[in-house]
Amino acid sequence: MTVLSYRQALHDTLRAELQRDEDVFLLGEEIGVFEGSYKITAGLLGEFGPRRVRDTPICEEGFTGVAIGAAMMGLRPVVEIMTINFSLLAIDQIVNNAAKLRSLSGGQVSVPLVIRTPGGGGQQLSATHSQNLEVWYAHVPGLKVVAPATPADAKGLLTAAIRDADPVLVLENLALYNTKGEVPDGEHVAEIGRAAVLKPGRDITIVGYSRAAVIALDVAHRLEEDGISAEVVDLRSLRPLDRETVCTSVRKTSRAVMVEDGWLSYGTGAEIAATIQEGAFDCLDAPVRRIAAAEVPLPYAKPLELAALPDAGAITRVVRETVGGN
Amino acid sequence: MTDPAADLTREDPAVLREYYRQMTLIRAFELRAAEMYTRARIGGYCHLNLGEEATVAGLTAALRDDDYLFATYRDHGYALARGADPGRVMAELFGRADGLSRGRGGSMHLFDPERHLMGGYGIVGGQIPLATGAAFALAYRGGPAPDAPAVMCLLGDATTNIGAFHESLNLAALWHLPVVYVIVNNQLGMGTPVEAAAAEPELWKRGCSYRMPGQRVDGNDVLAVRDTARAALDRARGEHQPVLLETTSYRLRGHSVVDPARYRTAEEAERLRREDPLPGFRNHLITSGILDDATAAEIEAEADKAVAAAVDFADASPAPDVTTLFDDVYATPAASMYRGLPGDPVTGGGPA
Repeated sequence: MTVLSYRQALHDTLRAELQRDEDVFLLGEEIGVFEGSYKITAGLLGEFGPRRVRDTPICEEGFTGVAIGAAMMGLRPVVEIMTINFSLLAIDQIVNNAAKLRSLSGGQVSVPLVIRTPGGGGQQLSATHSQNLEVWYAHVPGLKVVAPATPADAKGLLTAAIRDADPVLVLENLALYNTKGEVPDGEHVAEIGRAAVLKPGRDITIVGYSRAAVIALDVAHRLEEDGISAEVVDLRSLRPLDRETVCTSVRKTSRAVMVEDGWLSYGTGAEIAATIQEGAFDCLDAPVRRIAAAEVPLPYAKPLELAALPDAGAITRVVRETVGGN
Repeated sequence: MTDPAADLTREDPAVLREYYRQMTLIRAFELRAAEMYTRARIGGYCHLNLGEEATVAGLTAALRDDDYLFATYRDHGYALARGADPGRVMAELFGRADGLSRGRGGSMHLFDPERHLMGGYGIVGGQIPLATGAAFALAYRGGPAPDAPAVMCLLGDATTNIGAFHESLNLAALWHLPVVYVIVNNQLGMGTPVEAAAAEPELWKRGCSYRMPGQRVDGNDVLAVRDTARAALDRARGEHQPVLLETTSYRLRGHSVVDPARYRTAEEAERLRREDPLPGFRNHLITSGILDDATAAEIEAEADKAVAAAVDFADASPAPDVTTLFDDVYATPAASMYRGLPGDPVTGGGPA
């Protein structure tokens, strides 16, 4: 194990996969000379050259489609879309081509594509640059969507995504890039479609993913001091969704809250709450609560931004309400 | 049609007869597909290559076996000309297990990667970035050479107005990719004339913004189409110079089988009949002594027979089994994949 930042774990994984497989190449805006908007690709152009690390013009639909076409030919493109907000320019290619070509062709064509893209608010980037649109993609059969919360998973899930023969969207998060954690040395491939129990507990299950899972874990540790034993489930993968791990946890704890950075209506929390009521109905001692972003375009001004985003205070309050409700 | 004054003596007569055979097969197949559609044997949308037979035969004649073709949703003729079995094409239209795309794609999505047909595409222009990416892959793996493969990307006239077209042309020119884009200009985007949709109605000129060479060619002239496309492909493969071609032809019928094309004037309809590429090519071959009436009739009878056999094959092919519903959605199995049918429980577990 080595302690690395989430950013470094992503960088090292890209470098290792570029070294391992000649068919792997990187494509995106400002990933080469500029070294990436968030510096994930720093130094890789110098090491691997412009054939393997390709700067693109600003044209998300064009270069995402190019990557899908190259993947159809057997290459393994890893696209960086600067933020998930800009993926909207490419959504037709992602949803109508990447997700569907294998099925439409009757299994004759595959799309081994990775799209890395960060989401998340809290950086005062305001409404157009702070969205959490991953559920749009998680809704679509044919895509896989993973969301590492830790540096170890950043390595494990990105490696799995690159070696997978399907299109995988790897959701990163602006607020996680500088977080640190232990990362397994050498080969480390996480299993797509498996949630992780980050902390065991008896009284309540807190479900989250990406930044929300990290905050939930922090809250759970602090609640121990108050005698509340919370289990934290990190979904890690939104499609496929590991419903079994969630239900198994709630059958044990009898209570659940779901935390997400996205908007509440039609969000991941809705999916999880529906899953729990079906899979653990007889075990529930309290309604499943959802903690999600306020339903506004995220404002620029700091107090408004802070008020709109889920935080440790909101999680702590809702957990207490859910546990103390009887 | 081929220029009536054109000298065909330099051409191999067998090759010319083969073009006529292909065009005749496409005509017969499409007329039969229209009939099958109106008899509700074919569902969804059904776009025909009627009137575009010379373009289809000319473009595919220019392709080498190892070149790649990305088509539009008007793709039946291209699959046939690439050598796909007419029975498997018809079976796909019928939604059967032996269809070219195993009944998953239908009329608009014919895939035959063995013959390097990389699909028909239902979303207008969706194929253009993909074809550009296929050319990127070819360039990634090898440099320009006279025997290197290239990519041909078909698109309709109205598609030159979408962003993906312009983004793709920019990337192909910027990165020197071995791709030939072919605008099959049939004068109408559904019912909208080119002049009402494109500020530059000489569509091939849109490549000038990207310093991309191009030209317009009479899409009713199979030899002109072939020679122009061949030269363009040679530049693509030999120099990694992308090219933008435009062929001009007419749809003999509506946008799709259900469209009665009432927006057409009587004058236009008359011109369609006059300029129909199939009788035009037939007459030219006969007056040039390459084809006689008996041979032509034989070719036409063979096409009818092949299409009848295709319908029989499609009829006999079973519908895809419902147990295969979740096949081929993913290539790599993953944990927790949900494969429920409507109404099935979402979670397996009950009370602890």
